[in-house]
Order: sequence, then C-alpha cells, then structure tokens
Amino acid sequence: MPLKAVILIGGPQKGTRFRPLSFEVPKPLFPVAGVPMVQHHIEACAKVPGMKEILLMGFYQPHEALSRFLVSAQQEFKIPIRYLQEYAALGTGGGIYHFRDQILSGGAGAFFVLNADVCSEFPLQEMLEFRQQHGDAHSFVILGTTANRTQALNYGCIVANADTQEVQHYVEKPSTFVSEIINCGIYLFTPAIFQHIGEVFQRNQQELVLEESSNGWQRAEVIRLEQDVFTALAGSNKLYVYKTDGFWSQIKSAGSAIYASRLYLNQYSKSHPERLAQNKPGGPIIRGNVYIHPTASIDSTAVLGPNVSIGEGVTVGAGVRVRESIVLHGASLHDHTCVLNTIVGWDSTIGRWARVEGTPSDPNPNDPYAKIDSETLFRDGRLTPSITILGRSHLHPAPHSEAPFRLTPHALSAGCSVTIPAEVVILNSIVLPHKELSRSYKNQIIL
Amino acid sequence: VAARGADVARGDAGADPGGGLRDAAAAADPEPAEAAGGVLQQGGAAAPAGGPAPGGRQPCGAGRELHVGGAGRRHAGAGAAGKGPPHPPSRLPAAGSHPPLTLCPQLGIRISLSHEKEPLGTAGPLALARDLLAEDGEPFFVLNSDVICEFPFAALAQFHRHHGGEGSLVVTRVEEPAKYGVVVSEPDTGRICRFVEKPRVFVSNKINAGLYIFSPGILQRIQLRPTSIEKEIFPAMAQEGQLYAMELQGFWMDIGQPKDFLTGMCMYLQALRAQHPEKLHSGPGVVGNVLVDPSAKIGANCVIGPNVTIGAGVVVEDGVRIKRCTVLEGARIRSHSWLESCIVGWSCSVGQWVRMENVTVLGEDVIVNDELYLNGANVLPHKSISESVPEPRIIM
Repeated sequence: MPLKAVILIGGPQKGTRFRPLSFEVPKPLFPVAGVPMVQHHIEACAKVPGMKEILLMGFYQPHEALSRFLVSAQQEFKIPIRYLQEYAALGTGGGIYHFRDQILSGGAGAFFVLNADVCSEFPLQEMLEFRQQHGDAHSFVILGTTANRTQALNYGCIVANADTQEVQHYVEKPSTFVSEIINCGIYLFTPAIFQHIGEVFQRNQQELVLEESSNGWQRAEVIRLEQDVFTALAGSNKLYVYKTDGFWSQIKSAGSAIYASRLYLNQYSKSHPERLAQNKPGGPIIRGNVYIHPTASIDSTAVLGPNVSIGEGVTVGAGVRVRESIVLHGASLHDHTCVLNTIVGWDSTIGRWARVEGTPSDPNPNDPYAKIDSETLFRDGRLTPSITILGRSHLHPAPHSEAPFRLTPHALSAGCSVTIPAEVVILNSIVLPHKELSRSYKNQIIL
Repeated sequence: VAARGADVARGDAGADPGGGLRDAAAAADPEPAEAAGGVLQQGGAAAPAGGPAPGGRQPCGAGRELHVGGAGRRHAGAGAAGKGPPHPPSRLPAAGSHPPLTLCPQLGIRISLSHEKEPLGTAGPLALARDLLAEDGEPFFVLNSDVICEFPFAALAQFHRHHGGEGSLVVTRVEEPAKYGVVVSEPDTGRICRFVEKPRVFVSNKINAGLYIFSPGILQRIQLRPTSIEKEIFPAMAQEGQLYAMELQGFWMDIGQPKDFLTGMCMYLQALRAQHPEKLHSGPGVVGNVLVDPSAKIGANCVIGPNVTIGAGVVVEDGVRIKRCTVLEGARIRSHSWLESCIVGWSCSVGQWVRMENVTVLGEDVIVNDELYLNGANVLPHKSISESVPEPRIIM
C-alpha cells in the first residue's frame, strides 16, 4: 500500500521559546545530535517500506537553507521530499486539509503526520502493524507514551480502552488529571480523516457567519487536530492509541535540544555507530556519546562528552572541556575553556580559561516517565536557571517577522560573532546576537 | 614577631571565616607540661645583639629574647590561619613542627611561650608574662601577629628612648579608620592626646597599627584578668601624657580576614619587589610579583600572577591560571583550572577545569572535584566538594 508522510514544521511565529536560536535558522533545521532536527523524522519515514513521498508542511517563506536541506535530503534518502507552504498558519489540521489532494495523490492508502519538534524513536512500522490489528480500514492511530501524573497535564491526554486500545476520551492540556497516556504528536491517518476535518471546517464557517464581529485572526481554515478533531473522534470507534516505551521528548526550548541530542546520540550506538566519535591515539579524549563533524579541528588534549555535538568547522583548543553541550558551526573554543550545559552559537568565540555554564533542565532521572519541563523564562521574578546560549551576531539587523530569518554568508560571519573574553564566567545566561561581552555574567539575558 | 603556635586551638573561631581553618591538631602547642598559666622556656643560648633578620624586616633592636604568646588584635580568641603572612621560603618552619625550637638556632635568640589557659584579652597576657618581661628592666616590644608591614623596630626603639614616656605605638594612615583604634597626637612630639577605639564619627585617619614598645613600668597598670589594652590601658596613659605615636612608613595591613589577607599579601609582594626583587619568581608564564618555593612544581602553559605565592611542595599542573592567590604547602592544582583571589589551604587538591574566585578559602586537606565553580566559598578542613558553589557561602 502506498504511504506518505507529512512533517509539520510550523513557521516563524511558532517556536518562540526556541529563541534566540530560532532567529538564525528555522527551528526544524536546528542541529540535534549533529543533524537537522527534522532529518531524524525523514530518515525514519524513508525506512518504512512503501513510503512514496515526504511532505514538509509549514508557513516559513521560501528560504535558502530550507531548499538546500531538501535537496541534500532527497539525495541522501532517495525519496521525493517537497515543501508545501501554507499561506497562513492553519493549525495542525488546517494545513493537511488544505493540501489533501497533494497528500492523497498517487493513491496513498495511509499517511503519517509528524510534528517536527519532537524527538522520538519513530516506531512507524509498529504503528502500521498495530493499525492492521485494531479497528478497520479507516481507523486512525495516535502514538502515545506514558508521563507522570503532574506532567501529563502539559500534553494531550488520552483515555483508552484497555483491551481494544480505542481512544474513549481525549483532552488537550487539561487542568485536572485525566490520564497518564499522552499524545506524542505522531499520527497515522487514512484518507477518511479529511472527512472529519471537513466537518470541523464547515462548523467553523457557520460559526463565523453567525458572529457579527469577525476577528481578523480567526479563520475558518484554522483547524487544530487535537482540540477540534481528536476530541470529537474519541469514543466513536475510529481513533486508537499505540503506546510506546521508546524514548520520546518534545523540543520546545533550547534546553530540551540538549536533552534530545542525548537521546539521539544514545540511539546512534545502534543506528549510526559511525556518527559517534571514538577514542584514538592523537585524538581528543572522548567520554560517552559524542558527535564530531568531520571538518571540526579538535586538540588532542581536549576532553569531550558525554552528550556533546560539535558542528562544522569548529575549533577546540588545548585542554578544553565540553560536556552536555551543543557547539554550532564555526565556533572557536580557545585553550583551557570549560563549556557545560551550553549551546554555543554559530561562529562564537570563547576566550582562554573562560567558563560558560548552564543548568541542565533534564527530567528527573529517577522517574522513568518524567518528561522535560517546558520551562518558563522567569519564575518568582527571577530568571530560571537554564542552558546558557550564545547567539550569533551578524551585520544584518535583527530579523523582522515577515522575513523571519536571514542566512548570513560565511564571509560576513568571520569576526562578527559573539565573543566571550578570556577568563570570565558566563553562568545561566542567554547572550543575544550583536553582543560583545567584556566581563562575567550570571543569570541574565544579555540584550 | 609574636607567633601563634600555642594558641591556635581556640574554640571560638566562630563566625570569623579567617579563623579555625588550620587543623587544630596539627598545629598543637608543643609541650603543655607547665603549671596553670605558666611560662615555658625553650633552650638556645642568647646570641649577640642584632642577629640576622628574616626577609625585609629590621633587626630586633632591643632584645635577643622572643616571648611568644597573647592573642591577635581584632580577632582576640580566634585562631589565626596559623602561619601569618608568607615568609621567604627559606625561613618558614615546616607545618606542624615546633616553631620555637627550630627558630632558635637560626635566629640566635631565646624564645619562650606564655600560654593563657583562658583568654586574657590584649593586655592581660602581659601581666601573665610579667616575670619574663620585667626581667632585665629594659623596654619590650608587643606585637599583634595578624598585622603585616615593614616592621620598623630600630626606629621605634629609638623613638621610645628619645621621648622617655612609658609607651610608644606605631600609627598608620587608613581610608576607613572607624574599623580600628584611632589616635590623635601632637604633630611635633607625637604625644598622644586621645585614643578612641572604633569611633562612630570621624576623629582622625591615623590608627593604631598594633605594634608597641613599652617600658616595664606599664606592667603596674595591668592586672591578671581579661583586659583590653586599647580600651582600658591606653586611654589612661594618654591622659597622663605617657603614650606616644610614631608614624609608620611603608605598607600596613590587618590580615585577620581572608580578603584583607590577600590585600596584605599583594602589598608585601610589592615591597619585596622594591627591596629584594631577586627573591621573586620569573620565567615564562610569570606575570608581576610572584613568590614560589623552590620545591614547588609548575607545569607547562601556565600563567601565574600577578600577586601569587606558592608554598613548599605545591604542584601546579599544566594550563593553570592563578591570580592574586596564596597556595599553601603541599597543595595540588590540577590542569586547566583558573583561580583568582583565593587561599588554597595545606594539602588541598583542586580538580581539573575548576574555577575559583572572589575570596574562596579552602581549609586544610579539602578536595574540590573536577569542573566545579566556587564563588566565595569558605570551606572548612577535610571537606570534599562535589557541587559548584555559585554564590558565596560557608561549607561546613
């Protein structure tokens, strides 16, 4: 049966918790464990037998980095990959409804929908087999996982029949406890879903007509799968949940990118052992899972890991220590620096003996079902300790919402990056682009 | 100089983080086999007057005898860090040894110990050692051990003999006199008119530097009970016109608190640069005034200084940056670490990629794990630190 996959990548107005990193690059292209976030999804989809085409769907303007990525991904995975741009933010259901003809073209019998900002083992084949055994030819499957009682309230909660796994009740982000089974943001649909979305669309249109004042931002075509479709489908023998124990996490904030990196790096020992750095004579000391881009230059006395990703063209000097961090391309870490729980932005420089440190926001390791907190920036009037991020500075002005990102050619980025001077400490801080630091900072957003 | 060997094991180090950091057991008082409150005399024949002086100090003008005892000035009752400011390495007695016995042959003077069973303040201990002090009828110096300066013993002795009064004290100018005992004196004679301890309004910017010389007659004013020389003895002497002030030349610092200890260390090194620059360390990676014991080892690609003192047997591994610190004997600083304004205690081990700053003080035998950040941490002896201390606090 021909299959398709749709990856929802959102747009610049979404993913604001990922700033300042999302100023530079669209969030779905942010590197997690050495490759763009959404490449993990594409790889998993391409592996499924019968997959005919992968559609990226979102409302980013056409963009050089995105186009280049699509071209190289098609070459690598040998499967057609296209970007479908929504004319406006249409919600998780509105986009697929709008493009339903494209999705169904070629006679697709079923298709996956995946949110780009999740990190997962992607048990897609298992979902297909599960669907064959449950429900009928027109049923839909939601991928679910277990959370703890408190954190489940932050997600879509699923109540399922213990024998049939049919979804009896669905509610998005309830305020009281409903279920520990949460929605992973990965679905398997059949063409019948469009009928249900269509019904929601009709209803919306009628409501808008009835209302006298039309709120400009409220469009009938904005349809949210979770609130508008799943809630209605629950209890009607059409929606089923496949529960997984494999790793899964949302990637909403920069801190969760580091956590997601760790999950994927762990997976590499089975799926891509060639991506994990090994201890070699004359090479740096590697502890745990570490990804190093082939063009990076690392001194042999550096100690890297666990959970470190080193990007393209990065230089790491003598006696440098990096742990639980992502170092983005072009960055330069001078001798004896210590980088912990940090995202070092593109082309940044960290001076000798500087210490750049964030606070991990990992889920409680003692609770197998704990998820990463979607942290608020401030709590009790104080900046929440968090991953330290060094944004990149560039000569272009700050991005405007209509032109959401600008890719600075490499020639300009030389010498324009955020520079951390020697011997200072930068602790739990976010350094925005255009900033040249001259002293130590702690617990601050440096604008 | 009055050392503190006998009195280190004070219980009331209390909230003063400068005190109690030396393991009391290691610096214990040599032989307490004397009568209650009595005086220990230790051997060595008297040497000719004016024996060789340690470091940049002037020779003891008056005497060939050194009586050790009494309490530090502002921190009466608190154990000092045990050794006072770093001496030029060749003179420093080994940790835990019996200072009086080894100092004797080197300096050619007799050293006695007077041990207070209970704290007697800043004047009482003189009454306790009355017999020793009044023995030969000559004036005697009284010094506070937690003071560092270019000790002007000869000038002070001469000044004292010249005016003929009962007591002379050294004064120095400071920016914040309210923390100390303030002295008002006649400009030409130096006779002290008023003596006000820690005044609440500005009186004068000259303060009592904690160095005195007294004629034995003063002992009649002091009873054997807890007494403050500044509050109870000096004002009366000043009123009678018996107290004179000599102004100190050169640097002065009360080094009872770690922050001030480091400042005093910087001043001392600066004076050393002026007087004995050959004693300072030089070489690749050395910046400014740095004093390094010959037995210490410093690794490759380090940058040490300015204002660093490194004690005997210290090991500094590769790629370490140290600024404005004292590193005491036997400590090890592991590679790639960065230290500024710290005191690293005897036999400590500081891990790799550690950052310590802002008057972090490690007591004896503290272990700091790799990759930690210590900001103003005061760590008591024998602790193992496995978590960063991002804001100043005391670790017990």
